[in-house]
Amino acid sequence: MIEAKNLKKIYRSRRGDRVAVDGISFTVGEGEFFSFLGPNGAGKTTTIQMMVALLAPTSGEIIIDGLNVVTSPHEVRQRIGIIFQDPSLDDRLTAWENLEFHGRLYGIDSRTRNKRSNFLLDVMGISERRNDLVRTFSGGMKRRLEIARGLLHSPRLLILDEPTLGLDPHSRRSVWEYIHRVRREVGMTVFLTTHYLEEADSSDRVAIMSSGKIVAQGTPDRLKKDLSSEMLSVETENPDSLNAYLISHYSSLEGQIRREGDGTLLFPLPPGLDLSPWDLLRSIPLPIREASVRRPNLDDVFIYHTGSGLKSENADKRGGR
Amino acid sequence: MIMEKEYSFKATLGGAPPILASPIKRDLMGIYTLWQRDVIRLWRDRIRLVGSFIQPLLFLFILGSGLSPRMGAMGIMRSGRALGYQGFLFPGIVAMSVLFTASFAGVAIVWDREVGFLKEVLVAPLSRTAVVLGKIFGGATNSVVQGSLILLLFPLFHLRISPERLILAFLVMILIGLTQTSVGVLLGVRMTSSQGFMVLMNFVILPLFFLSGALYPLDRLPGWLSVASRIDPLSYGVDLLRWDLVGVHYHSLLTDLSSLFVFMGVMGVLSVILFNKTD
Ligand SMILES: Nc1ncnc2c1ncn2[C@@H]1O[C@H](COP(=O)(O)OP(=O)(O)OP(=O)(O)O)[C@@H](O)[C@H]1O
Ligand SMILES: [Mg+2]
Repeated sequence: MIEAKNLKKIYRSRRGDRVAVDGISFTVGEGEFFSFLGPNGAGKTTTIQMMVALLAPTSGEIIIDGLNVVTSPHEVRQRIGIIFQDPSLDDRLTAWENLEFHGRLYGIDSRTRNKRSNFLLDVMGISERRNDLVRTFSGGMKRRLEIARGLLHSPRLLILDEPTLGLDPHSRRSVWEYIHRVRREVGMTVFLTTHYLEEADSSDRVAIMSSGKIVAQGTPDRLKKDLSSEMLSVETENPDSLNAYLISHYSSLEGQIRREGDGTLLFPLPPGLDLSPWDLLRSIPLPIREASVRRPNLDDVFIYHTGSGLKSENADKRGGR
Repeated sequence: MIMEKEYSFKATLGGAPPILASPIKRDLMGIYTLWQRDVIRLWRDRIRLVGSFIQPLLFLFILGSGLSPRMGAMGIMRSGRALGYQGFLFPGIVAMSVLFTASFAGVAIVWDREVGFLKEVLVAPLSRTAVVLGKIFGGATNSVVQGSLILLLFPLFHLRISPERLILAFLVMILIGLTQTSVGVLLGVRMTSSQGFMVLMNFVILPLFFLSGALYPLDRLPGWLSVASRIDPLSYGVDLLRWDLVGVHYHSLLTDLSSLFVFMGVMGVLSVILFNKTD
C-alpha cells in the first residue's frame, strides 16, 4: 500500500537548512496497521505531509497504491483519509456542513454523502449536534468529527497523526474501537503516529523514528525481544555506585540504564551472557532495597532507541510506584 | 431499555474504491463549494456586514458635506449642471467599500491557513487553481454585496439613478470586486500570519484608495501622481462607476474596461502561480 524509498526532506530557510526527514525507507502492506513512534520533532508529521503531497520530498519517492505521490497527487489523495495533528475544521460552519463540503471536494454524489454523513455522525456520537457550529464543540467532539470526515470518502488508507490527542480515556477507547472495526470490516490500511504506548502496541508493525531516521522497525513483539528478554528494576540506597558497578561489569549496559524515582535503576538484562536475572542481582555487592523483573514493553524499546519516554494512560500510576 | 445499536461499516463505507470524476468537473464542484462556504460565512457574520457600513457613511456625510462648499467650485459639469461634491464622491465610496471588503479575501486565506482549514482543502483532490478561484469568487461576492448595500443609499444623496444604471453599476462592482480580490489573494497566498497581512494591507489598500480618484478628480494632477494613479486598478473601476452613476469620467470606457480585465487576469494568474509554488 505504501512504499517509501530514501525519503528525505530538508526545510530550507534563511537561518539555515534543517533536515527533518533523513532518507527513510519503509513499506506498509495492504490492510496493515502500521505505527510511527518518535519523540517530538522526529519528522513524523513531515513524512505524512509528503505522503499526501502537501510537501514535495527533497529526494526519494513514495508510492501509494501503485501511484507515485508526486506525479499523481490527486489520485493518491482520493484514496487517503487523513486526521491532522492540528485542528483543521472550519469552526464557523456546522458539523454537517463540514462533512457536506468535504464530500463534495472528494466528488461524492449527494445520496452517498448524506447516507455516510448520517451514519458517521451517529457512530461518533455527535448526531444531535449536527447543526451546531463547530466552534461550540468540545475538543473531543471536534476530534471525532474530524475522524468522521476522514472516513467519509471511504479511503483505502487512513492516516492518523496523533488522532487521540486531547481525548479522555473513554473517548479514546471508543474511537479506537471504531477504527479497528473499520479496519476489520472494510480492510482499510491504517498509518498512525502516536506517543501512546497502548496504541502502538496494538499495531501490526512499528517503526521508531528519531531525528529524521528510522532507528528500528518490526512487530512490537520482535522489537521487545530484540531489546532483551527481561527488564530489571533495582532500588538501592546508593544508585550512583550501583550504576558504576553495572557499567564496569556489564559494558553493554553503557547508556541503557535509566533512573526512575529517587533510587531506582531500570535496565535490560545484558544479552549473550547466559545470565539469569537472579544471577545478576546476586552478584551486586551493594544493599538492595527492592528488586523486580518484568518483560520489556514498547516504552523500553522506545527509550532504548530514542533516549526519551512514551506517554502512557497509566503514566501517573507508574510514576508513583 | 437500552438498545445496542448495530453499526455496519462495511455496508456504508465498503464497496469499490472511489472513482475520480473528470478533473474539470471536480474542480468546478470545488470552486462552487469553496464559494458557497464563503457566502455562508458572510451570512453568519451579518453583524460585520452592518458594522462595515459605518466607515463609508462617515466619508459620505462628513467628508462629503465638509468639502462640498469648496469642491463645489471645481466646476465638474454634468449635462450642463454642476455636480455637487457628494454626488462626485458617491461612486468613489461605493468602490471603496468594494475595495475594502475584497481585500478581506486575502486575509481570509491567511486565516484559513492559521486555523488549519486550508490543509483540509489542500489535501483534497483539487487543483490549486480551483482553490484560488473559489476564494476569488467568494471574496468578490462578499464585496459586491457590501458595495450594493452602499449603492442602494443613493436617494440619501439626492441622486437619481435609473434601474438600468443600477444594474450596470452592479456589473461594474463585480469587475472591481474580482480585480481587487485577486490583489488581496495574491498578497495572501504566501502569508502565514494574519497580523503580517494586516500590516502589508495598510501599505497597499490606502494608496490604492487615495490614488483611485475616489476623493478628487484625476485631471490636472501633478505628473508623478498621475502616473501612480494609472497603475492603480481601482482608478479604472472608480472611473467606470462614476461614468455610470453620475455621468462623469476621465478615461475612455474602453481604457477602463480593458485595464480592469488586464489587471484582473494578471493578478489572478500570479496568485495561481504563487500558490502552486507554496508548500
Ligand atoms: N514548516 C517548517 N519549516 C521548518 N522546519 C520545520 C517545519 N515543519 C517542521 N519543521 C522541523 O522539522 C522537524 C520535524 O518536524 P515534524 O513536525 O515532522 O515532527 P514530528 O515528529 O511530527 O513531531 P511531533 O511529535 O512534535 O508532532 C522539526 O525539527 C521541526 O522543527
Ligand atoms: Mg507531528
